[in-house]
Amino acid sequence: MLARLASSRNAGLAALAAVVALLPLALVNNYYYDIAILAGLNAIVCVGLNLLIGYAGQISLGHAGFFGLGAYGSAILTARYGWPPLAALLAATLAVALLALAIGRPILRLRGHYLAMATLGMGVIISIVIATEDRYTGGPDGMSVPPLTLAGVALAGERVWYWVVGVLLVLAVWLARNLIDSPHGRALRALHGSEVAAEVGGIDSARHKVRVFVISAVYAAVAGSLAAHYAGFITPAKVTFFHSIELVTMVVFGGMASTFGAVVGAAVLTTLPQALTVFKEYEMVVFGAVMMLTMIFMPKGLVPTLAALAARRGKSP
Amino acid sequence: MSAQFLQFLLAGLTVGAIYALVALGFSIIYNASHVINFAQGEFVMIGGMCTVWLANAGWPLPLAIAAAVLLAALLGLALAKLAVEPARGASVVTLIIITIGASILLRGLATIVWDKKYHALKPFSGEMPIHIGGATLLPQSLWVLGVTLVVVLLLSWFFGRTLLGKALLATSHNRLAAQLVGISVRRVLLVAFGLSAALGAVAGILIAPITFTSWDVGVMLGLKGFAAAVLGGMGSGPGAVVGGLALGIIEAMGAGYLSSAYKDALAFVIILAVLFFMPSGLLGQRSADRV
Repeated sequence: MLARLASSRNAGLAALAAVVALLPLALVNNYYYDIAILAGLNAIVCVGLNLLIGYAGQISLGHAGFFGLGAYGSAILTARYGWPPLAALLAATLAVALLALAIGRPILRLRGHYLAMATLGMGVIISIVIATEDRYTGGPDGMSVPPLTLAGVALAGERVWYWVVGVLLVLAVWLARNLIDSPHGRALRALHGSEVAAEVGGIDSARHKVRVFVISAVYAAVAGSLAAHYAGFITPAKVTFFHSIELVTMVVFGGMASTFGAVVGAAVLTTLPQALTVFKEYEMVVFGAVMMLTMIFMPKGLVPTLAALAARRGKSP
Repeated sequence: MSAQFLQFLLAGLTVGAIYALVALGFSIIYNASHVINFAQGEFVMIGGMCTVWLANAGWPLPLAIAAAVLLAALLGLALAKLAVEPARGASVVTLIIITIGASILLRGLATIVWDKKYHALKPFSGEMPIHIGGATLLPQSLWVLGVTLVVVLLLSWFFGRTLLGKALLATSHNRLAAQLVGISVRRVLLVAFGLSAALGAVAGILIAPITFTSWDVGVMLGLKGFAAAVLGGMGSGPGAVVGGLALGIIEAMGAGYLSSAYKDALAFVIILAVLFFMPSGLLGQRSADRV
C-alpha cells in the first residue's frame, strides 16, 4: 500500500500539490500572485497540448485558437447575452469540443509539416474572425468580461483565483496522467511510434487521434474561459499565431511526453519574460538565446534531461 | 472589369513572387535537414533593413544590396553552424523550436542595431507607373518579377547542373546513402542555410520599396512563405514557386473582390481545402511509411 503511494506516479502528483500549496509563502504581493495564476492557466493548456504533441506525436500550431474561442465564447455569452458564467463556460467548452471533433478528422489525416500548416491555418482563421467581427468581439480593442460567479459569489482578487487555478491544475494533471495510463493512452503512444504498426496491431488510429485532439482542445478552451474571467478583459492578442507558438514552445521546452515537463515549461516561460525586464532593450535577445541554448544542450527538454541526470547521480554514488 | 482583374492579377503576382522566394528558402533547408526554419522570415527583414540602413549612410544602392545579402548569408551560416549542427540528432520539433528561438534573437538584435521604426527604401528605377491594358504597374513590380525569374532559373541550373546542387538533392532523398557516396552532409547543411538566407534577403530587399520594412516584417512574410511552400508541396522547388504565386493571386483577388479584412483568412481556407484533397500539396510527392 505504502509502496504504491510512493510510486513515481502518485509521488509526482503529490509533489505538484505540495508546490501549489506552499507557493503562496513565496508570493509576497499581488503581482507575484498574478504571474503564478497566468503560469497556472498556461500550464493547464500545455498539459492538454502535451497529450497531443508529446504522447500522440501530432503537432498543433493552432491551439491559441481553441483558447481564444473558449475565452471569447464565455465573454460574449456573459457580457452580451447575460448568461450565468458557469453555463457560458460549459457551453463555450462544448462548442469548442464539437468544432475540434468536426475538423479533427480531416486535419489529422495530414502528417508532419502538412498537419502543422493545417492547424496553423485553422488558428489564423479563428484569430482573423475574432479580430474582424467587432460587433460581437469588440475587434482589435478587445472587450470586457464580467467576473466569474460560483453559487452567487463573484470570484475576485488574486488570492482567490490562485486557489481556483491551483486546484484545477492539479486536477488537470491527475486526469492527464490517468489518461496516459489508460488503453487510450497506450494506443496513442503506439501510434506515435508507428501509425502503420499501430493499425496492424488493431488500433483505430484516426479515432484515437481525433479523441486526443478534442481533449486537448477542451483543456485549452477551459483555460481560455477562465483567463477571460480572471483578467476581466480579453483582446485578440491571446488568439494569435504567436500565442500558439508560445504554447508549443512551453511544451517542448519543459520536455515532451512529460506531464510535469509541460507544467514546468509553462511556469518557466511565463516567468522568464518578467524576470528579463531587467535587461531592458536586450530582453528579446536574452530570451531567444536562453531558448536556443536550452534546446541545443537539452534537446529532450528541461524535465526529462534533469530527471535523467538525477537518476545517473543516484546510481553512481 | 477586365482592367480591374488585370490590376489584381499584377498585384498578386508581385506579392506572390516574394512569397515564392521565401518558400524556396524553406524548401531548400527542408531538403537538406528536414528542419522547418522559422527564422526564414528574419532573413527577409535583415535584407530590407540592412539595405535601408546602408543606403541612408550614403552607400551606393548596388553595394548596399550586396552587403545586405552577404550579411544575411553569413547569419544563415552561423545559424547552421552554431545552432542546428550542434543539435543534430534532436527531434525535428526541437530543431524547430531552436529556429524559433533564433528568430526571436535576430528580431531582438535588429531592434538594438537598427530601431523599431518603419523605413522606406527608394524604388530602384523611379516611380513612374506603367500602363498596361487599363491597369497600372509600378517599375518596382517589374524588378520583383524579373529578379525572381532570374533567381529561379539560376536555382534550376544550380540543382540540375552543378555537383554541389546535385549533392544537396541527393541528401534530401536519402541522407545516409548520400553520406556513403562521399557527400559531405555537413557542408550541404551549411550551403542550404547560407543559400536560403540569401534568397530571403533578396526577397526582403525587392519588396522594401513597395511595402516598407521594419524589425517585425519577417514574421508575416515568413508565415506566408511557409504556407506557400506547403501549398506547393514541401521540398519541391517548382512547388514553392507555384505555391507562392498561387497564394499571392488568391490574396489579391480575395482582397479585391471579397473583403480586405478576410483576405488572409481566405488564403488559409483555400490552403486547408487543398490539403484536405491533396494531403501532400499541389506538387509534393506522396510519401510512404517505413515500419
